[in-house]
Amino acid sequence: MRYLLLIASNPEANGTMTEAQQIQMHAEYTEFTDKLVASGEMVDGAPLAGIETATTVRVRNGKRTSTDGPFAETKEVLAGYYLVEVPDLDRAIELAAMIPDARTGGVEVRPVVSM
Amino acid sequence: MVDVSASVDVALAEAVFRQESSTVLGALMRQYGDLDLAEDGYQEACLDAWQQWPRSGLPDNPGAWLLTVARRRVVDRVRREGRRAERERAAPISMEPVEGAPPRDDFLDDQLLLLFMCCHPALSEESRIALTLRSVAGLTTAEIARGFLVPEPTMAQRLVRAKRKIAATKIPFDISVREVPDRMASVCHVIYLVFNEGYASSDADVFLRTELCDEAIVLARLLVRLMPEDVDASGLLALMLFHDSRRMSRVGAQGELITLEEQDRGRWDQATIAEADQLVTSALTSGPLGSYKLQAAIAAVHAHATTYEATDWAEILVLYDLLLTVDDSPAARLGRVVAVSMVHGSQAGVDALDALDPDTGGLAYRWHAVRAQLLEQVGQTNEAAAEYREAIALAQSTAEADFLRRRAHRPTT
Repeated sequence: MRYLLLIASNPEANGTMTEAQQIQMHAEYTEFTDKLVASGEMVDGAPLAGIETATTVRVRNGKRTSTDGPFAETKEVLAGYYLVEVPDLDRAIELAAMIPDARTGGVEVRPVVSM
Repeated sequence: MVDVSASVDVALAEAVFRQESSTVLGALMRQYGDLDLAEDGYQEACLDAWQQWPRSGLPDNPGAWLLTVARRRVVDRVRREGRRAERERAAPISMEPVEGAPPRDDFLDDQLLLLFMCCHPALSEESRIALTLRSVAGLTTAEIARGFLVPEPTMAQRLVRAKRKIAATKIPFDISVREVPDRMASVCHVIYLVFNEGYASSDADVFLRTELCDEAIVLARLLVRLMPEDVDASGLLALMLFHDSRRMSRVGAQGELITLEEQDRGRWDQATIAEADQLVTSALTSGPLGSYKLQAAIAAVHAHATTYEATDWAEILVLYDLLLTVDDSPAARLGRVVAVSMVHGSQAGVDALDALDPDTGGLAYRWHAVRAQLLEQVGQTNEAAAEYREAIALAQSTAEADFLRRRAHRPTT
């Protein structure tokens, strides 16, 4: 089953990181990604550009509006994702807990519906 | 309702259906891995039993009978709906009757796995409670709805949502050893929530609510049987039994709340206390310190005190200090304050209480109630009256509010 692990990072916590801590976190992401690839559970994954680049598109009564910003203003910011192929929710949760941003932000685990 | 002859009466059949629920559902889950399918199969097997048992009499092994029929019903359904290929697990579906549980080398019992699945942390707390009572305790949706004072369709919806989440997110039936400690914690938490729901609301429908206490105790007994080495499980069972031993003395004739201090200790159920004693003694001599075990130890000290004043409060204070090292909860802190006041005097109690935040953990009512009583004891009558008013305004049930009103208006000595 495929799960999308949506990484919500906490800009407040990340903003106060020292350069050494940022390098450390980057290394942890690389290590985690390598592990996923090696285990064959990785389908896809990428970091997202900053929230200031977000545009939300809505169509109402056939009229398109594009607004600056994300779906909803929250403290946490959608920062990236992994798409993984694992047997069940327990493994998906286990992987989500290994993502560095889970420690200061959060990771939303959503099953991907196959169509 | 089906006509049932004298040989198998309604109550007996219902008791059997309830008792066998978790075993049969566990076995069906092991084979088919689909809770909806398993529940439907079991329900149909129960309907068959309704029709056959009055004529044939109760089978020698009703559980095996129900499992065999439920399996057949599941197979019928899977075939009918053409879902066989996707539903069936690796094991071929056996149409042979099974005697007892098939031998397995798995490290956990299917009943326990069912309980673990119902208490998966990805489910909301209320879903976990509802699922556990439905699938493991074998209550009907109507019974659960009555227990939690919600309309039946609401409870039915809650169960449907929970089962949908299990299916859609693929919550597994088997769990890895790594998951066991977390899941045990969730199971204990859910069982204790069920108990407290029954125990803390003595203002209305007393009997329906004590049913919840009974169910929680049944579930904890099952848990202790399945995980005999687990100190949390036996600690939890002991704790609930100690509370339950005071059932007859904690509500007055008019349904009013009677505190530990004022209870008629002669009405405490000594058999229940003896059982809890045994559990807590063996739990205390083995394994790590756990929150339930320590709370049970505190309850044990109360259970053996002849009066409120003669209670070994020094021992209780020691136990609360230990409890706070493993479970620093608002309830534990409040309990410690009372012990402090009994050991070191009311003023020390007020000081300890004032060091706590009254608004944490939804215990503001109890914080103000304790403060009112302590202030009364140190002679600050006006301040005490104000605290009583505050506590009454925050009380969660009419029984609590009435109790505080009586307290506030009783003559001080």
